[in-house]
Amino acid sequence: MIVPLEHVVILSLALFTVGVFGVLFRRNAITIFMSIELMLNAVNLALVGFSRYYNSVDGQVFVFLVMTLAAAEVAVGLAIIVVLYRNRQTVNIDEINLMKN
Amino acid sequence: MTGSFFFYFFAAVTLTSALLVVLNRNAVYSAVLLVFCFFSLAVIFLLLEAYFLAILEILIYAGAIMVLFLFVIMLLNLGREKAQEHFRYLQRGLSLFLVIVFFLGILLIFLSDSGILHQPHGTFAAGGVNALGEALFTKYLLPFEVASLLLLVALIGTVYLAKRKI
Repeated sequence: MIVPLEHVVILSLALFTVGVFGVLFRRNAITIFMSIELMLNAVNLALVGFSRYYNSVDGQVFVFLVMTLAAAEVAVGLAIIVVLYRNRQTVNIDEINLMKN
Repeated sequence: MTGSFFFYFFAAVTLTSALLVVLNRNAVYSAVLLVFCFFSLAVIFLLLEAYFLAILEILIYAGAIMVLFLFVIMLLNLGREKAQEHFRYLQRGLSLFLVIVFFLGILLIFLSDSGILHQPHGTFAAGGVNALGEALFTKYLLPFEVASLLLLVALIGTVYLAKRKI
């Protein structure tokens, strides 16, 4: 392994933290969605690092499944955002408070 | 030691572009920066000897998913996110504080007992398409089939959501 596993995990943790920050910080539903993609990729990075560390292919199979899940999630999520925009003319999550009563 | 230099360089590139994705107000710039972030992440996967996954990262994430994102952004004609009102400062400060607590907390937990991690020995042979395909079609055949079912469900759900009136 070219770098210690700790550094890979710390990079993954930093990426995940950036993703969480994006979800909390931004008001735009699409940017929030991109932050979720960032978090999924951080987890992928940790899985690849541990797979290399333990000399096993299992982690990479998990990454493969996570990528499939991300593709499905993006398709459905963006469809929901488009429908939401058609009904409310906005993607700002502060103005989408239909269930907040 | 050139390999480790490349790792740290691309780690810095990934983190910087990820931060810019989050901090940018324009959704189109965020999407393009996210593509950049995925490309540098693919290089990191290559350096960690996950060759097939590096290709998949570029094909699926940078190719398919981000094209979908850009398509929707263009479709909705989103401009810059409006500047926040005054009372949002509390929310922003709180989110920054919580994120820093989260990061430092996990870092502390991780660094407090990282002595158990030793460097692996032996060559790594599981990164190529052969080993991955073999594992996927023997040991992990059921999850693989369930993933295909998930894609079918997502397809039907998207078509249903795209109907004119729901």
